[in-house]
Amino acid sequence: MKIMGYRLPAMSSLILWGILWEIVGQAGVTFFIPPLSKVFVTLFEVIGTGSFQKALWDTAYAFFAGVFFSIVIGIPTGIMMGKNRLIDEMLLPWVNMFLSAPLTALVPVLMVLFGFGMKSIIITTTLFAIWIIILNTRAGVMQINRSMIEMARSFGASPMDAFFKIYFWAALPEILGGVRIGVIRAVKGVIIGQLLISIVGFGALFELYSSNFLMAHFWAVLIVLFALAFTISEVFAYLERRVAYYAAKR
Amino acid sequence: MAMPQTETAFEAKVDNAVAVRGVSKNYGDVEALKDMSLEFPRGQLTSLLGPSGCGKTTLLKIIAGLLEPNAGEIEVNGKAVTGPGPDRAFVFQDFALLPWASVLRNVGFGLELRGVARSEREAIAEKYIKDVGLAGFEKSYPHELSGGMRQRVGLARALSVNAQVLLMDEPFSAVDEQTRRKFQEDLLNLVQNESKTFIFVTHSIEEAVYVSDQIAILLPRPSRVSEIIRPSGFRNKDAASIRRDPEYLDIVDEIWASLRSYVE
Ligand SMILES: Nc1ncnc2c1ncn2[C@@H]1O[C@H](COP(=O)(O)OP(=O)(O)OP(=O)(O)O)[C@@H](O)[C@H]1O
Ligand SMILES: [Mg+2]
Repeated sequence: MKIMGYRLPAMSSLILWGILWEIVGQAGVTFFIPPLSKVFVTLFEVIGTGSFQKALWDTAYAFFAGVFFSIVIGIPTGIMMGKNRLIDEMLLPWVNMFLSAPLTALVPVLMVLFGFGMKSIIITTTLFAIWIIILNTRAGVMQINRSMIEMARSFGASPMDAFFKIYFWAALPEILGGVRIGVIRAVKGVIIGQLLISIVGFGALFELYSSNFLMAHFWAVLIVLFALAFTISEVFAYLERRVAYYAAKR
Repeated sequence: MAMPQTETAFEAKVDNAVAVRGVSKNYGDVEALKDMSLEFPRGQLTSLLGPSGCGKTTLLKIIAGLLEPNAGEIEVNGKAVTGPGPDRAFVFQDFALLPWASVLRNVGFGLELRGVARSEREAIAEKYIKDVGLAGFEKSYPHELSGGMRQRVGLARALSVNAQVLLMDEPFSAVDEQTRRKFQEDLLNLVQNESKTFIFVTHSIEEAVYVSDQIAILLPRPSRVSEIIRPSGFRNKDAASIRRDPEYLDIVDEIWASLRSYVE
């Protein structure tokens, strides 16, 4: 964006919202919104504490495990659906259903099935992230140029070759888009898991701070979480731009 | 339709690289090919010429083993075709290059799929990249090349697997007229220098007459071979004077006369 000939740095709207936040906070409109400066001071106080670091570790572990499983299960499933009519017809209704299902309502069931520990939290995270990854991968595979597949067949590609050398790469732009959105949904999944299943990690911190009306603490943790999610999704956005040169010409 | 026994025996003596026998192909209700028989002599270039939608691509893909015919059979070097094989290589009308791979990898991709070691396949690919006149573009990506250059990458890929039969689906349709003429001349040299059998699909009568040893004229659906023409008189002339040869001009006229009724 440009204003009066000056190129504004990316995300400069955040600065504007930050200033607004500070003003509203200083005016003391509501205890719910403490001044942003106070939030940052709290953030730096909190960040060094053992309990915060433990929470960060617990959250990161569940998050990355959940994202890992949703990727290694989601991408092959999406590719299979895109390749094979029968598999697609079998699975598509379920994928669509779970994509829009209120997954939070399923968490108690998961607890019964998988217990109250990390396992259930990871599964919850996976369930939040996986469906969009499957759908995007499927869409990516379906738009592959037929002649590229015929080319691979005519040169004697094995199914494995076709999978790793054609389908995966040809669908990569869509796959990365799916993973980027999946990652954001996984953040939601991990926190909901931590709130509902066992009170650990950031979920526990949110619970603790909000029930004690420690709003500056609450926002501080939220900002950390936002930064985390934003960074990871930017990494995928960067990868998406790296493959953009061929996204338009497949 | 079974051929008389004597004729089959006679045909077997001619050295055919590819034989199509009684092939039919339906897409649902659409009869694309009906009881088509055609033979392709070894070491020669045969063109399939005919109006749009008459089943040229279908026939080529059946020979390639990419499509199954509903009836009939294909023989390559006397062996029945059941699927794609290393004895045939396809040049695709829309190039079918990997957009995420360099020219070098694209040209070597056929060999890569056949499990040829990297250093070996890159050496072979480099040779063919040079042969098709793309030296210096090994590291480029398809989106950085013009249509004609991409087509040459597709051609180099097909040549590098050293298949005996080359199946080319309108390989020159995406290039401008000048490039096309250049390609046609190159193709003539290729047919002469490589002892390969070429099956070449084209829309262009002039192109077919210019490059072919044998022209099969196909008529619209359900497609059959209406005529086989073997230009012979000018085949040994140099590339430049073919287009002025009276026999060349006569054959072009003759083909146009027999096709024009289907265009109207
Ligand atoms: N996958 C398909 N499904 C249904 N019909 C098809 C399919 N492929 C081809 N056809 C039909 O079969 C006929 C022959 O098609 P084909 O592509 O072989 O023609 P062609 O001679 O190569 O045409 P062109 O010169 O335009 O490339 C056409 O009428 C087409 O509509
Ligand atoms: Mg065609």
